[in-house]
Amino acid sequence: MQGYFHSHPHLLEKAYQLAERAAWALNPMVKKIGYARVERVIKGPEDVVKGWVFGCHRCGQCVLHSTGMSCPMGCPKNLRNGPCGGVRPNGHCEVKPEMRCVWVVAYESSLQMPIYGHELIEIQPPVDRRLEDTSAWINMLTGVDKQTPPGWIPLEAVK
Amino acid sequence: MSVDAPSQSDNHNELPTRTSGRLERVLRSGRFAVTAELNPPDSADPQDVYDAAVVLSSVCDAINATDASGANCHMSSVAICALLTRAGYEPVFQVSCRDRNRIAIQGDLLGAAAMGVHNVLCLTGDDVTAGDQPQAKRVFDLDSTQLLHTARIMRDSGVFLSGRKLTVPPPFFLGAAANPFVPPFDWRPVHLGKKIAAGAEFIQTQYCFDLPRLRTFMQSVRDQGLHEQAFILVGVGPLRSAGAAEFMRTKVPGVWIPDEVVDRLKGAPKGKQRAEGKRICIEIIQQVREIAGVAGIHVMAYRQEELVAEIIEESGLLPRPFRADVPHATRARHIPRPHHTR
Repeated sequence: MQGYFHSHPHLLEKAYQLAERAAWALNPMVKKIGYARVERVIKGPEDVVKGWVFGCHRCGQCVLHSTGMSCPMGCPKNLRNGPCGGVRPNGHCEVKPEMRCVWVVAYESSLQMPIYGHELIEIQPPVDRRLEDTSAWINMLTGVDKQTPPGWIPLEAVK
Repeated sequence: MSVDAPSQSDNHNELPTRTSGRLERVLRSGRFAVTAELNPPDSADPQDVYDAAVVLSSVCDAINATDASGANCHMSSVAICALLTRAGYEPVFQVSCRDRNRIAIQGDLLGAAAMGVHNVLCLTGDDVTAGDQPQAKRVFDLDSTQLLHTARIMRDSGVFLSGRKLTVPPPFFLGAAANPFVPPFDWRPVHLGKKIAAGAEFIQTQYCFDLPRLRTFMQSVRDQGLHEQAFILVGVGPLRSAGAAEFMRTKVPGVWIPDEVVDRLKGAPKGKQRAEGKRICIEIIQQVREIAGVAGIHVMAYRQEELVAEIIEESGLLPRPFRADVPHATRARHIPRPHHTR
């Protein structure tokens, strides 16, 4: 099944776009009910669906749409900014020879993703390990997934 | 470009305000740079580091201290760097994300700078499964791009990732690795651009045994103007035998050796494969020098360090400029880089 989705990355990014819009539309209601309460309800289904489609690793700060709809936490080295130098000549992973490199998949998919494909070159900040095993959707709504370490300077600000 | 005829005679004035190391001076003066990898000892004796360094020091501009490469444990890179700067050598401090989290890495970066280290090579690191202790826990808290950016923030903004201020920021010359020889080929130059955007000022590549692939890569690098934003040093090294080549390309992560090279080694008469491996290495260096945008070479001669000097000499890359004339490595800590407010 993952194979089907990965061969249709545009469907995935469209689905993501719609889901994101829906999430923001529902945000006032979610806020009223309470983020923690809603998280308890949606965490299970979110894990099941994302686990099934993307092999989600529940990092709690989803960047799938910026990484060619290929989960970067599926990389044994958790690389969020591109492939390591160990990719095998057949495009498979250095650590798991039977698995295609998530970044080879990410690159190929991004070429077929008109909406978010260009985000592949964005520099992803270090992961907040405290968010592991929390709901990425709720974290998006509350904004905690966008919080970088206090000293981290977004790249645009460096130049 | 030749060793004796730098493109700019004296552009020290163009250097950043921080003090620069010998490698940075060689590169910024337009000379073709040579770095070499030191085989780290499995020993608690500093003399073993000096024995390995002394054969390299006169033939290269900086010595890379590897950080448990191949996930095999050796003396730590930060300790090797401390020993090397103490003796007036110019090290490249290799930092991998495999074994340490962001707290340990930032501490090591500061410590290395305090020991007089200028050059830092920010790496992801080979996976633990590549080494002889595959039971170990892999860390990878940061990735190499985040590590580069972190080191740059420490240098330029004078803070830790936490935002806490450094009283004296480290004056680093920041490097990253590139591997043009493995997939996804089209994206490798773009990925290099990403690392340069994150702070890389020099690049050391994986072993090059495939010149056509390197030329394609460099064409794309030049098209993006990346060779003007970072100094690109191409990795080279001698193959000991056809068997060693076969081992490297099947067992060492990220090393790509085309069949032609292995066949050429196999075709050499018995007992002459080592000499043939050296000849191939020198030929590659000579052709790499002709590629526009290449700023130098990085020689990695695992267990053949005695060949490094011969290879560099026979490639016509001696004498090296700025040879240990001043022990500038020890000056860095006294000259803080101005804090840049943003």
